Amino acid sequence: MKSRYLPVIALLLLVLAPLVLPTFQITLLNYIGLYTLVVLGLVLLTGVGGMTSFGQAAFVGLGAYTSAYLTTTAQLPEWLQWAAGSPWLALLIGLVLTAVVALLLGAMTLRLSGHYLPLGTIAWGISLYYVFGTLTSLGGHTGVSGLPSVELFGIVLDKGEKMFYLIWAILVVAIVITRNLLNSREGRAIRALKGGQLMAEAMGVNTFRSKLVIFLISALFASLSGWLYAHTQRFVNPTPFGLSMGIDYLFMALIGGVATVWGALLGAGILTMLKQWLQDLLPILFGSDGQYETIVFGLLIVLMMQKAPGGLFPMLSSLVPARFRQRKEISINSNAESLPRRELPKSGQLILEACEVTRRFGGLVANNNMSLQVHAGEIVALIGPNGAGKSTMFNQLSAVDTPSDGEVKFLGQSLKGKTSREVASMGMSRTFQHVKLLPTMSVLENVAIGAHLRGNKGVLSSALHMEREEEQRLLKEAAYQLERVGLGEYLHEEAGSLALGQQRILEIARALCSDPCLLLLDEPAAGLRYLEKQALGDLLRKLRSEGMAILLVEHDMDFVMGLVDRIVVMEFGEKIAEGLPVEIQTNPRVLEAYLGGAE
Amino acid sequence: MNLQIALLLGQDGITNGAIYALLALSILLVFTVTRILLIPLGEFVTFGALTMATIQSGKPVLFVWLLLALTLVDAALDIRQQVGQRFDMARLRMTAIKIGYAVLMVVIANTVPLADIPMAFQALLTLCLLVPLGPLMYRLFFQPLADAHSLVLLIVSIAVHVAMVGVGLLLFGPEGARTLPFSDTGLHLGPVMLKSQTIWVILVSVLLIVTLFVTFERTLYGKALRATAVNRVGARLLGISPVFAGKATFALAALIGVSSGILIAPITTLYFDSGFIISLKGFVGAIIGGLISYPVAAVGAVAVGLIEAFSMFWASTYKEIIVFTLIIPFLLWRSMTSHHVEDDE
Repeated sequence: MKSRYLPVIALLLLVLAPLVLPTFQITLLNYIGLYTLVVLGLVLLTGVGGMTSFGQAAFVGLGAYTSAYLTTTAQLPEWLQWAAGSPWLALLIGLVLTAVVALLLGAMTLRLSGHYLPLGTIAWGISLYYVFGTLTSLGGHTGVSGLPSVELFGIVLDKGEKMFYLIWAILVVAIVITRNLLNSREGRAIRALKGGQLMAEAMGVNTFRSKLVIFLISALFASLSGWLYAHTQRFVNPTPFGLSMGIDYLFMALIGGVATVWGALLGAGILTMLKQWLQDLLPILFGSDGQYETIVFGLLIVLMMQKAPGGLFPMLSSLVPARFRQRKEISINSNAESLPRRELPKSGQLILEACEVTRRFGGLVANNNMSLQVHAGEIVALIGPNGAGKSTMFNQLSAVDTPSDGEVKFLGQSLKGKTSREVASMGMSRTFQHVKLLPTMSVLENVAIGAHLRGNKGVLSSALHMEREEEQRLLKEAAYQLERVGLGEYLHEEAGSLALGQQRILEIARALCSDPCLLLLDEPAAGLRYLEKQALGDLLRKLRSEGMAILLVEHDMDFVMGLVDRIVVMEFGEKIAEGLPVEIQTNPRVLEAYLGGAE
Repeated sequence: MNLQIALLLGQDGITNGAIYALLALSILLVFTVTRILLIPLGEFVTFGALTMATIQSGKPVLFVWLLLALTLVDAALDIRQQVGQRFDMARLRMTAIKIGYAVLMVVIANTVPLADIPMAFQALLTLCLLVPLGPLMYRLFFQPLADAHSLVLLIVSIAVHVAMVGVGLLLFGPEGARTLPFSDTGLHLGPVMLKSQTIWVILVSVLLIVTLFVTFERTLYGKALRATAVNRVGARLLGISPVFAGKATFALAALIGVSSGILIAPITTLYFDSGFIISLKGFVGAIIGGLISYPVAAVGAVAVGLIEAFSMFWASTYKEIIVFTLIIPFLLWRSMTSHHVEDDE
């Protein structure tokens, strides 16, 4: 209960700080605030989105130098005359410039995976640093001095104590915005970037757009911090925007806890204080001046990565006794309006058709001349021994992979050239053979990702929480689908804590959440107990009676035979039989494939 | 620009390019075998050059104490690992040898009048001092994280680099240093005067590259490392120790880095923090090679050296900007050609 008052107390302390603390401490707090703003962006980018950037300092520099140039240059070029003199106008221009640069860099580097992105950030981080240092209009390495103070509501913020309020007010807003964004439809898409991109795409999330969004936000936070820095110092030179500062920002995020918003504050605080302390201590210890604190920082990071890769904040919060810990349960408003539903095709209508699909991997023919059809209100099973090419076929059908020959038609449209995202929006939804969910997210949120395409509110309204009505509708739908599949009592558990069978069921709920007309289920019954299998069978029958088309790959013959309408049997990439369960059970070729031929 | 200047710049470019090529190759080698992007490679270069300079100036070689300290930490970890198990005499003997080696280095560094011995021995001593830093670095910083996500390894790599720059300042001071050239005479080749150091750099680079090639193609250990690069798990199943592979590649990288440092020390003034930019240029070459292809990386690195030399002539202040924006077209090309959605490993 007490934790509810914590933010209020914290805010009160912030307001009082400049009145009681000496100037030196306020300067430190200002720095912590400025750094936290940048690190917050990194938390979003690296901790949540899984993209490592060493180049944030360059964006800080972009914000700082734009304002420095516009507010101090005596003779601006003709076309920039209108922007002279005003820090606020300069802020706006700085943000726009940063956005343009970030979009360009992002478009170039965010598609890259693994190491290229961090290496790319190092490259442009260095390049921009040298640009600041060599352009004579930016003062070269000596920098620009004499920046005007920011004026707000007629008050001139000419002292550190006054800037303090602006810095921390902006930081608080940034923290609130970040938290809002993460707890929204867009936020779930962003959180899926780390380890769930394939799944997110199959649920209709444009993962590249999500990456670009957080890259942009983190750049804007950095630029804003740079602007604040420039007008707090009223002097800029290239040094604080170099790569080593970019590395420091990442270190702050890692020390505090790269996946948590509060880790940003903690990390920035610890590193700033530690730096201050070490810069006093080490030169005395070593007997000469120099930036020896880098030795400590470097070793500290190595140690952290080895012993506590999650950072300090998760470590500290695990020390808090469980009963004091806030358990965030997302509230579900059962009065929210239900989401509109797609009109299902009439029973018996052809939904999915594969025409002579062949898929070759080099010399290996994984699928050869495979044809099959699925109609509305029908359950079809695709069975076959291991290695028969079922999963490859599944990938062709769901547009994850493209056939070498032949064609797949969904609702009469060819899937040639379509992405799994487009297919999802057409009404196909799937589960995965190897469960793909986000283990640290709650069951409810995992399922709500399935409803991604049924909402349309964007990043801005998410950040300001102006999409709460839609959000409630999405969550209600997710809760309803979870009830329906029998996971109603686990809504707020971590998805990773469920048993494997339950995780498979969760995937079905997620698929249903997208309101599909065709369900592709990859081994849904694997890992289920007898009663759970029965319940799953009942659910699938009910869906069938509503007009859903269902195609499933399954090994459990008891489950399949009692449930499905038709069976397609594959062996060595080819169809060897198709028909009613009874026919298949007595088909000699199928028996031979499964049991080995009679000599 | 006339032919004379062009040839001169070309010579500079190729000299630097050869060094970048060596670095690009060791970056690739370390990356393919261990998944680590060895950012601190540049510190091996500067440590090599500055140690050589310290030796020649007759100042005390402080680095040897770092070697001793790290060796002791390594030995302590080794012994702690064995506590509770039956002591393995072979491993204990190995630990003793390592400590003995470090102590021997301390003795040599503090008793022999290093400034007066022939330059070849000075270079040899520099190598003997610094190459063990490679395996030690792997053992202390990377081995406990061998199975971590590759981005964690990158972060640790950067952290080690940051720490080593500080250590460099502590050991060598803020002043830059240059060493004596290996030999004085140049070689006249038609209108061109080849500087002697250029010849040395190119000779040694070619020699190292050939040695690497032979090692990897012909010897069992080389093949073991190649196997690890192709498939880490598979190699482990066949009995190739990942720890051995890691230490061996780090030793090779240290050897190449330190040799590069000794080679360029007579032509360039190096400071304790010069290593980063140098290794990044190696990285540009490695990236051009797609972090896979050795020949393309080598050619790319030489190209980086040439572009650097010529942009020095035309737009010297923008030299670094030109070199580092150079990789953007390559990144762009990679992003055009790779479109598939990837999950984390």
